[in-house]
Amino acid sequence: MSKTKSAWPEYDDTKGWIIRGLQDGAPIAMGYFAVSFALGITAKEAGINALQGSLMSIGMVASAGEYAAIMLIGAGAGIAEMILTTLVINLRYFLMSCSLTQKLREDVPLWKRFVLAYCVTDELFGISSAVPGYLNPVFTWAAAFISVVGWTLGTALGVIAGNILPDQLISALSVALYGMFLAIIIPPSKKSRFMAGLVMVSMLSSWLFTASPVFSGISSGFRVIILTIIIAGIAAVIRPVDDKGQPVKQVRKVR
Amino acid sequence: MTKNVYCSLLIITLTIYAIRVLPFVFLRKEITNVRIRSFLYYVPYVTLAVMTFPAIISATDSMWSGLAALVVGIIVSLLSGDLFKVAVSSCIAVFLTELIL
Repeated sequence: MSKTKSAWPEYDDTKGWIIRGLQDGAPIAMGYFAVSFALGITAKEAGINALQGSLMSIGMVASAGEYAAIMLIGAGAGIAEMILTTLVINLRYFLMSCSLTQKLREDVPLWKRFVLAYCVTDELFGISSAVPGYLNPVFTWAAAFISVVGWTLGTALGVIAGNILPDQLISALSVALYGMFLAIIIPPSKKSRFMAGLVMVSMLSSWLFTASPVFSGISSGFRVIILTIIIAGIAAVIRPVDDKGQPVKQVRKVR
Repeated sequence: MTKNVYCSLLIITLTIYAIRVLPFVFLRKEITNVRIRSFLYYVPYVTLAVMTFPAIISATDSMWSGLAALVVGIIVSLLSGDLFKVAVSSCIAVFLTELIL
């Protein structure tokens, strides 16, 4: 095996997965820092202090979810409203967790699954899905560790010193996370026209949903859930695949 | 008020964790149904694509720098596919575009 970064560690190579996780987590931490910095500024405006902001970010690790949390707390919402809004906005994590359970070897103990559940964010889910074959949870943990450090530091600094970073830098850093998403969804499109079409259809539908007056009232969280269920559902019907994403001719039971 | 904030934070944190952990509690076995497996295989690609566009265009101070980030991100993804390289290239594209504008 060559020592290039594109070579993935063997499944049992814990050290290899930790290093790889920290490597892939670094750009996430960078993007998180920028996003959570902005979040910290909003939190301060709602009367949340640096300690509360840090606890919020360590506990929730969710961008839209935390914006909603700040709004709810700022508005003095009741418990029922708080739980309901949080459920709706973060429901996509449920789908992501479902998808990740299928990346795990059956011998992964429950406690490791519980720690992994904490790490389910858009970005960490993205890089974990990109691992070929079974996922060793250690990879996601390492990436989550460095990411949550960036996320929490950003939030705390945003609360304490919201106006020290120049606007241009914040603006530039704010696309880091989208850049990573592209790095995950675009390469498979090179190998398969179907995947290229799938990505394009997803983006166009998302744009139509945002732009059309009929659907624009739907929150972004719901847009993601609705489109994911419809588009991934149709894709599964017209092109069923095996574990490695190769199309299967006849629908039969795997294993 | 202060006590209230900590209490609210705890409730929301627990709710979010519950959403994330439930599938791990109930889906312990591998799903054998090919349709469902295929659906879950496609979920990340669709989800990430939906979240990226058009959001990337409105993430920055100007639409043009967001568009530059998208185009540069796609090109670098096709060339290398390395997360860090793609993320940094997109950031640089935004920075440079906003310098010119």
